[in-house]
Formats: sequence, C-alpha cells, structure tokens
Amino acid sequence: MLNFFSYNDWILHSLVWIPIVGMVHVLWSPEERAKYLALGWSTVVLVLSLGLWWAYDPAINIGGYQLSSSHSWIRQWGASYSLGIDGISIFLVLLTTLTTPIAILGSFNYITKKEKSFYALMLLLEFGVIGVFTALDLFLFYVFFEMTLIPMYFIVGIWGGERRIYAAVKFFLYTAFGSLLMLVAILYLYLRAKTLTGVPSFAFIDLFQISLSPTEQIWLFSAFALAFAIKVPIFPFHTWLPDAHVEAPTPGSVVLAAVLLKMGTYGFVRFLLPLFPVASQHPTVVMIMMTLGVVGIIYAAWVAAVQPDAKKLVAYTSVAHMGFVVIGIFALNINGLQGGMLVMISHGISTGTLFLLLGMLYERRHTREIEDFGGLSLVAPWLATAFVITALASIGLPGTSGFVGEFLALLGAFESHPVIGGLATTGVIFAAYYMLPMVQRIHFNPLDKDKNSKIQDLSRREIIILAPMISLMIWIGVYPTPFLERMEPSVKAIIENVEASTSLNDSEDNKYEIISSVPELIIHTSNIDDNKIADHLNSDETVN
Amino acid sequence: MSNINLIQETGIGEGWEPLLPGLIILLPLLGFFINGVLALWEAKKSAAIIREGNEDTTAGLNSSKAHSWPGWIGPGVIGVAFVLTLINFVRMLEGEASEPIIREYWTWMATGSLEIAAAIQIDQLAIIMVLIITGIGFLIHIFSVGYMHGDPGYPRYFAYLNLFIFFMLILVMGSNYPVMFVGWEGVGLCSYLLIGYWFDQEEKASAGKKAFIVNRIGDFGFLLAVFLLFTNLGTFDYGSIFARGEEVFEYGGPLVTTITLFFLLAAVGKSAQIPLYIWLPDAMAGPTPVSALIHAATMVTAGVYLVARSSLLFAMAPVSSAIVAGIGVFTAFFAATIALKQYDIKKVLAYSTVSQLGYMFLGVGVGAYTAGFFHLITHAFFKALLFLGAGAVIHSMHYALHQTHKDWDAQDIRNMGGLRKCMPITWITMWIATLAISGIWPFAGFFSKDEIIWMTGSIAGADNAPYPGLYTVYWVMALVTAMLTVIYMTRLMIMAFHGMNRTGSKEFGHLHEAPKHMWIPLVVLAVFSVIGGWINVSKDIQQSFLGGFGNIPMAGWLHHWLEPVTESAHHIQEIHWGAISHSAPLGGGEVAWGALSTTAALIVLIVTVWMVRSDKISVATEDSDPRGLSKVIYNKWYVDEFYGHIFIRTLQRLSKFAWRIVDIKIIDRSVGIVAGGMRALGWLASLTQSGQVNTYAFIFTVGILLIFGIVIF
Repeated sequence: MLNFFSYNDWILHSLVWIPIVGMVHVLWSPEERAKYLALGWSTVVLVLSLGLWWAYDPAINIGGYQLSSSHSWIRQWGASYSLGIDGISIFLVLLTTLTTPIAILGSFNYITKKEKSFYALMLLLEFGVIGVFTALDLFLFYVFFEMTLIPMYFIVGIWGGERRIYAAVKFFLYTAFGSLLMLVAILYLYLRAKTLTGVPSFAFIDLFQISLSPTEQIWLFSAFALAFAIKVPIFPFHTWLPDAHVEAPTPGSVVLAAVLLKMGTYGFVRFLLPLFPVASQHPTVVMIMMTLGVVGIIYAAWVAAVQPDAKKLVAYTSVAHMGFVVIGIFALNINGLQGGMLVMISHGISTGTLFLLLGMLYERRHTREIEDFGGLSLVAPWLATAFVITALASIGLPGTSGFVGEFLALLGAFESHPVIGGLATTGVIFAAYYMLPMVQRIHFNPLDKDKNSKIQDLSRREIIILAPMISLMIWIGVYPTPFLERMEPSVKAIIENVEASTSLNDSEDNKYEIISSVPELIIHTSNIDDNKIADHLNSDETVN
Repeated sequence: MSNINLIQETGIGEGWEPLLPGLIILLPLLGFFINGVLALWEAKKSAAIIREGNEDTTAGLNSSKAHSWPGWIGPGVIGVAFVLTLINFVRMLEGEASEPIIREYWTWMATGSLEIAAAIQIDQLAIIMVLIITGIGFLIHIFSVGYMHGDPGYPRYFAYLNLFIFFMLILVMGSNYPVMFVGWEGVGLCSYLLIGYWFDQEEKASAGKKAFIVNRIGDFGFLLAVFLLFTNLGTFDYGSIFARGEEVFEYGGPLVTTITLFFLLAAVGKSAQIPLYIWLPDAMAGPTPVSALIHAATMVTAGVYLVARSSLLFAMAPVSSAIVAGIGVFTAFFAATIALKQYDIKKVLAYSTVSQLGYMFLGVGVGAYTAGFFHLITHAFFKALLFLGAGAVIHSMHYALHQTHKDWDAQDIRNMGGLRKCMPITWITMWIATLAISGIWPFAGFFSKDEIIWMTGSIAGADNAPYPGLYTVYWVMALVTAMLTVIYMTRLMIMAFHGMNRTGSKEFGHLHEAPKHMWIPLVVLAVFSVIGGWINVSKDIQQSFLGGFGNIPMAGWLHHWLEPVTESAHHIQEIHWGAISHSAPLGGGEVAWGALSTTAALIVLIVTVWMVRSDKISVATEDSDPRGLSKVIYNKWYVDEFYGHIFIRTLQRLSKFAWRIVDIKIIDRSVGIVAGGMRALGWLASLTQSGQVNTYAFIFTVGILLIFGIVIF
C-alpha cells in the first residue's frame, strides 16, 4: 500500500518541507485562522509520518540508513542535501511530528497575541527539528541545528513570562556558544577528510570513514560533546534550561522538553560514537560522561525537590532524565543504548505532557507556584487523574514508558560500571522524593483556597490532547518491543563500530589512512554512495 | 490418557492442565476498568456540585447507578477469580505436578542482549498465594460493600482495590523477576492510592506518600539484586536462575551474599521490617478493609514471598539468612513492645502486623521456608479477621459518635469498653483471632508460630550450624515476643469489649452489630483462624495434641506441597549445616515446648485479663499523659523523630544547598562571569573602533611592520 504511492521516495522531503508550506500559508492568512491552519498542517505532517513506522524495515539494510536520498547542494564544498532515517532517528522524527500538533493544540488558549507569527514560528521549528533528525550530511545537519535556535529564541522572547528576555538571551548564548565550538570541529573534520580522500564532502558516510589519531579524536570529541552537552543539557551546563522552561509559553516548553533536548542526546549517538569511537571509549572520557550523568540524575532530583515553582521543578527533572540517557549511551553496550533511546522517547512523551498539564493549570489559575494549589482532585478529577498517571510515568513506574527505558539504561550502565550503575539507581528513590510531594500539594490536601474551588475540569480539546500521550505512555510501558526491535539493528551497528575501533587503535600505522577493514556500519550504508554518484551525474546534466 | 502416560514415562511434564490462568489476572483488571470509568464519571458530577458551592457532595449521589454497581462488580470479579483459582488448585492437587507451568503471553522487552517475557508461572508457592489473595481479597471486598457504603468515592475505592488484586497477582504469578517487579511496584502504587484514599486530608495524603517513598528505597535494592543476577547469569527467569545458581555462585561467597542482601532490602521495605517499618503504622490512615487486605494479609507479606521464592539464593548465603532472621526476630520483639502502649485500635494491630511479619522473616531466615510461609497463611486469616473486626468496631463507633455529634476519636480503645453487649459476633470472632495470634492450641497461629520457634531452636543445635549462639538468642527472643503478643492483644480485647462502656450513655444506644455484609466475612475468617493451622500440623504435634481426633490426613501437608519449590534450598542447607538437632537448646522435644508455650500463653492471658482493670481506664480526653518508659514506648521509641532529624532533614538541607548555593551561586554565577568576560573582551575590541582614521592608519602600519618583522626574522 505504501509502496504503491512510492511513499519511501518522497516522505522525508515532505516531512521537512510541508511545515514550511504551512508556515507560508499561515503568514498569508488572517490572524484568526492562524491556529487552525497551523494545527491542520502539522496534523498533515503527523499523519504522513505515521507511515514511517511500516516503511522503515529493521530487517533490511541492517544498521544502515533507509529511505535515503542525496542531492548535491553546494558543490564546491561538497555539501549535499541528503536525508534518511535509521532505527535511531525514526522515533525522534515521529516524536517531533506528534508533539508539534499537540503543542499547537495546547496553545489555543495560551497564546493570545501575535498569533500568526507564533504559529508560523512553531512550524518553522518543526521544519528545523525534522531536518536535524533526518539530515545525513553534517553541513546540512549544522544548518538545521542552528536554525532551530531562532524560532525557539523568539517563542521564549516574545510569548514568554516576565523574565522572558533574560531567559531567551541566556538560552541563545548558551547554545550558540556550544554550537560555535562544534562548527570549528566540523570544519577541522571536513578539511581532514578532504586531505585524506581528495574529495570535499560533508556526508556522514564519508566522514565516518576517515581515521583520526586518538589525540585528534579527543579534541574533536570534546568540542562536539560540549555543544551537545549544553543542548541536552548535562550537569553542569544545565542552568539555561530551568529559566527557559519557566519563561517559555506552554507549547514552547513542550517542544523544548520533548524534542529540542533530544537533539543533544541524538548528537551523542549519531556523531560522538561513530565519528570518535576511540575517544568515546577512552576510560577517562567514559568516566567523565558517566559521572556527569549520575551527578545529573541525583543532583537535579535534589534541586527539583525543593522548587516552589512547579514548572521549574519539572524542568529540573528533565536534567535528571537526561542523566539516564547519558549513562545509557556511555555504558557502550546494547542494553544501555537501547535504554537511553527509550528514555528519550518516554521523556519526550511524559515530560511534554507534564508541561501541557502545568500549562492547563496556569490557564486556570495564572500561577505556577505549587503553594497556590491544593485539593484539585475534588474539583478537577480528570485533570488530576491525567496528572497522576503522567507523573507516575515520569518517575518510571513499571507498566509505564518511563520504567522500560530507565530499567534498560540502568542495567546497561550496571553491566559496564557497577558502581556508577548502582549510584544511578538511587535516582528511583529521589524521583519519588521530588514528584510525589508536588502531586500531593497540587491535587491532594484540602481544597482550602477559594480560587481553586472554581477550577474547571478538562475540556474536550484538552482530553484530545492528553489521550494519545497517556495511551503512548501505557503502550510503551506494556509492549515496548516494537520500538526496541526497530532500533536494535542501528544500536547494534553503533556499538559494534565502537568495539571494532579498539583493535584498529592498537596499530599506529594506519593512523592517517582510510581504514582498510571497513567497519560494519559503512558496509551497510554504502548504497548511498551509488545514489550520490548518480545524483552528481544528474545534477551535472541539468546544470549543463 | 495418553498425556498422563507420556508424563509417567518421561517423568517430567506438567501433569495437569490449568484452566484459564491468565483470566485470573485479567478479571481484576477488568473490574478496575469498569469501576474506574464509573469513578471518573462520579467524580465529575461531584466536582460540579463543589464548584457550585455545595458543601455536601454526597447529596443525590448515593442513589445513582454508579453507586450501586461497584458493590457488585468489585467483589464479583474477585469472586470469579477465586473460583477459577480453586478449580486450578484442585486440578493441581489431582495432577500431582512437580514442574511449574509457564504461560508466555508476549515479549515484554528484547534488546538483542536480553529478553524478558510477559509470562506467568503457576507452581505450588504461587497457587497458595493466589488462593489467599483472591480468597481473602473476596471476603474483604464483600466487607467493604458494607463498610464503604455511602462514601462519595465508592466506585474509586473498588477500582483501586481491584487494581491492587491485579498487581498482587502479577507479583506472585510472574515467572521472572522483572515481571514480579511490575507487581511489586504496582501494589505499592495501590497502597499509596488507598492509604491516601481520603486525599483531601493532608495527614492521610502524606501517609500515602511516605509509604511510597520508603517502599522505593526497597525497590532500589530489588533492582540492584536483579541487575547482579543478570550480569552473572544472563537471565531473569526463575527457572534458569535456580537451575544454574548452584554452579555459578559459591556457597557463602560475596556475590550471592550481596544479591541476597539487596533482595533483603527490598523485602524489608515492602514487609515493613526494621529499619524501614515506619511507613506501615502511618498506613493505617487508609480505610480499615484496606489495612486488612493490603497491610496485613497480602502486600506486606510480599517480602516473605520474595525470600521464599529466592530460597535457593538465600540458602547459599548463610550470612544473609542470619541477617534476615535477626532483622525478623528483632522487629518482632521491638514492634511488640510498641504495640503494648498504643491506644489506637488500628495502631495496635499495625505494630502487631509488623511483629508477626518479623516472625515470618525469622522463619524464612532460619531456612524454615515452609514454616515462614505457613505463618504467612495463618496470619492472613487471623490478622485480616482482627482488622475487619476493628473495622466493624470503628464503623459502629463512628456511627454512634456521628449521631450525637461528639468529636471523640472513634479508634481509641479508651473510648470503647463493653462492646461485647452490642457487637457479639465481632466480639467472639475477634477473640478467636486473638487466641490464634497468641499461639494457643488448637487455633491456627499456634501451629505456625510454634513451628517457627521450634525450627529456630533446632537450627541452633544443628551439627555445623553457623553462629549457634546467635540462633539461641533468636530463639529466646521469639519466645519472649510470643508472650508480649498475648499481652497486647488481650489488653486490646479487654479495653474494647469488656468492662463498662465509656463511650457515653447517649452514644451507647447507637452502637450496633455490623450488617451482614460485614459479619459474614468475619465468621468465615474465624473458621479458618481455627482450622487453618491443620494444613501443616507436624507429625509429632498431631499425635500428641490431636490424637483424640484421629489421624488428620493433612499432617505436614504444606511442607510436602512446597517441596518442589524449597527442596533444593533444604538440600544445600543440609549439606552445609548438617543434620538439624530436632531439640530445643534447653533440651526437650517439639511437643513438650509446644505444650509449655501454649500453657504459658494461657497463663499470661489470664494474668493480663486480671491486670487490665477496665474500670480504672479513663477516656482519651481525660487520660493523663504517659510518663517514663511508657512515654518512650507510646512515642514509638522516637524512631520517626530520629529518622526525621537524621535523614529527611539532611536530604532537605542537601537539596536546598544544591539549589541555592551550587546551582544559583556557583554554576550560574560562573556562567555569568564567563559571559561577562566575553562582553568585556567585546568592549575592549570595540575601543579600537574609535572612528578616527589616523588611529586606524597607525594600527595598520604597526601591523604591517609586525608581519614583515615576523616574515624576515
């Protein structure tokens, strides 16, 4: 059925560009129709993207990219417009296409000024994020990566709370600082590849093939890692996040938590491990990353527990959750990496939903202080039920999405570093310590504040927003196998590639040459080369 | 027929065909969904009433369908599940199965280096647990129909209760540790929801939260134990772990000791043992049938189940086992002392539960897995009965005090007295339970408790027993605790049911016997509190004590029944500990000590009856504060305060330090300094752009000269 429409050929391009079409449409339409149009276009993207679930087949081209295509873009530099997905990016793309319409639907009441610009920016953001997750060219990736900064900067800066300017600038400077370091590293990598192969190229598959000396790897790793660590964010680079979350409007927070943070962890998996396998498993590097992950888990949980502002509390829990992702990734084994991936998905869903729910509370009471609530279960039982389920998913109750990811990430970490894995497991205690008191103080306890007793329960629109998210939490918790089996080949390929580099590293003589024994990953992705050559030829013809 | 032949030929096989085992789990879940939908519907209606400013939320709700259906659906699904379990149990008895039956439903997690199936396992241990959970669960559901009648959250109550049964069944029926963990945390969730059932009272909501957080400390231990098992054995399944455990682990080695100690942490959290018992007394904030079901009969025994399930591992770790037994007996003693001085009827029973769970830990800790499990069964009967009886009393007291608008505590035994006149069924059945828990022959508790104490003494005299002196101490403490049990239970019964009534003359007229929804479960449980002990009467005891009744075919039945589960553990123990002495440290056989202890218990009971002068008791409002040691015990040895100071306050201080100092002052400020530095550099650079052409020309010239200089030299 999907093949009949040759779905595989056009889908990724459509997912990237339809949001732009939608943006233009929104901008050219009257103000009052903006939200409906934005919702419509993002829903189209969502519906189209669902086919990826079947179009991506983990059994073919194992560990490589699928649905890939490549077109020459800036020929002199070797930059290309190449898109594709694998078992890692497919879920992040789907997460993006899901959360965007939900965030848009969640902002109907929240956003009251300059609606047109707001919804246009939301679609621009979707464009950028989908681009980040589907790009197969480092230059293209970087363009998309930087591009996401702009809409988010304006979303926080224009529609945010009282300290929105401060938060927006902080967010921008922090991440831009990291990105610039990464740019330097990218250019170095590019030039190095060019001298080795003679052909300028930014394509992942070309870059993955160059062999770097361990020293180079460490330096480049550090530059990339810092950029991504700020994005994730990893302790101690996290202080922009609470401010950005607190000031951002609800939809901004939702997209920020659900997908923007994942660009950082995606970067770890997509670039750090394949590009710098030697650095990635250097004991000191691993120790630093694992330690930062564990410190993040525990420290952020502690800080979260004493926040008077509910939104800030949830923002800190994001740092803790991302700690699980980091220790999962740098466990450098299949369980850990699969767990880390699943934590990303699960965090996107549950924390995104928590921000939606806090937004709903804010719309009703115009406050984020936990103090101001109490006893809401009595007047808004449905809202409270949704909140409790989401909170439990967030703290990893078995049967919800949070558990599967955390369990696997912790198990993976424990397999390679028992002490760190053990310390990280205390996170399950501290998660209860930060989450349950908040739930109690908002939804339980006496209904003793007059303003709270008039609160309305969920509207139909809000139920439509929450129902799919909660269903996903339960589905992934009960039956995560379809997710795990789709990501397994890609995860395996990355781990095998890292492991293969151990032996390569031992022999010093092939330091500056193209690796003769090509790692697993490259064999499977080589089909793109053919495409690319064909494209080169095609484009030559058209130019002439 | 051919099936049976095949099994006989090969010697292995299932031996019996289970009837819809998955449905046993599914039925409570179905009940949860139906009741949950009704609850959401009901809550929406009452929310609308509150928003309109109407205080009385129950008005007009009781008559609705949402308020009568849960009373049928809730107990109904559990009743059907119980019948199904009974059918399976009978089939299992006839089939004489030895191998567990495993049903795999789907692959829960598979990453390429591990695979966890959503699978259940029915074996001798699981089926008994399922019988208790669905059987007693059914009775308590029925009791709840009467007890919770008229509560605005009626459907929500049954939704939670059904969900609890669902998770509890997963806990005991799972065929691997991760699936058990689903139930393990799931029952914790239901406990949290049900303790805080009246969530609009801060104290109750907080009690639920406390239970959840303390339990999570145990869950941490569970996870680490499971991780260690996986990294060493590469599997989570009971079958493969216990089949290979003996060859992979070294007897008494550090690895198996660590694993079992982490499991012990989990068990200590769930079963409310020292040092994590503090949540259980607070858990009494929940409705009383919940206390009976979750905090007496089923959930809190999950720790004992865990140890019994992992008996092979514990048998290989003598140090851990000794710690299990030590924690058990010390908790039993410690909690019993606290129970002596409590006035809240539920608090007495709560500490009594902690104490009795300690006995079970002692049993499984000394390697008497059957004895520990046996006490779990009998305790489920008599403690559920005691709690339900207390529920009936509270229900009646509450009604009476409500009728006359007296704001006395309905749970304080000082405010009761003489209740036997108005609540005869409750009175008699609770006395039966009291005699059972006191270990008086021929009630159920006698057989199980006596066996634990007896086995403890016997281990002390085993040929190569580790730490015989330690086990002797355990044995003495267990005996002393048995006497304390008699004292606090008798005190409770006398104060509540005997002597003059202290509730007030107006109120006394309103006190009444429980409705039949409530007293029928009491009677059923009372019957089992009498005969429940016969399932595992030891041969010696049977001949001496029950000789007059002829030979009961049940003698040693439970022991024999559980053999497939526990035999490898017993085997290991026998190899390393040598033959068990079968005599107490002071000499004498089981029969002699049994006779002695039951006589002693009777004497203590009579002395207590004589000591507790009900005419000297003053009501709660007029009573003087306890002093001296009484005060310390009344305040539970100040353990909660100690924890509050040491752990909770430290954690809060650390958290505030992390936020206010580390996050704001150190990290964010240094980021600010870096940003400031950048700005300063920018400012310096901007100085050069003065707009004066001659300055530019000067810098340009200097630059050129510099470059030339570098190139030339």
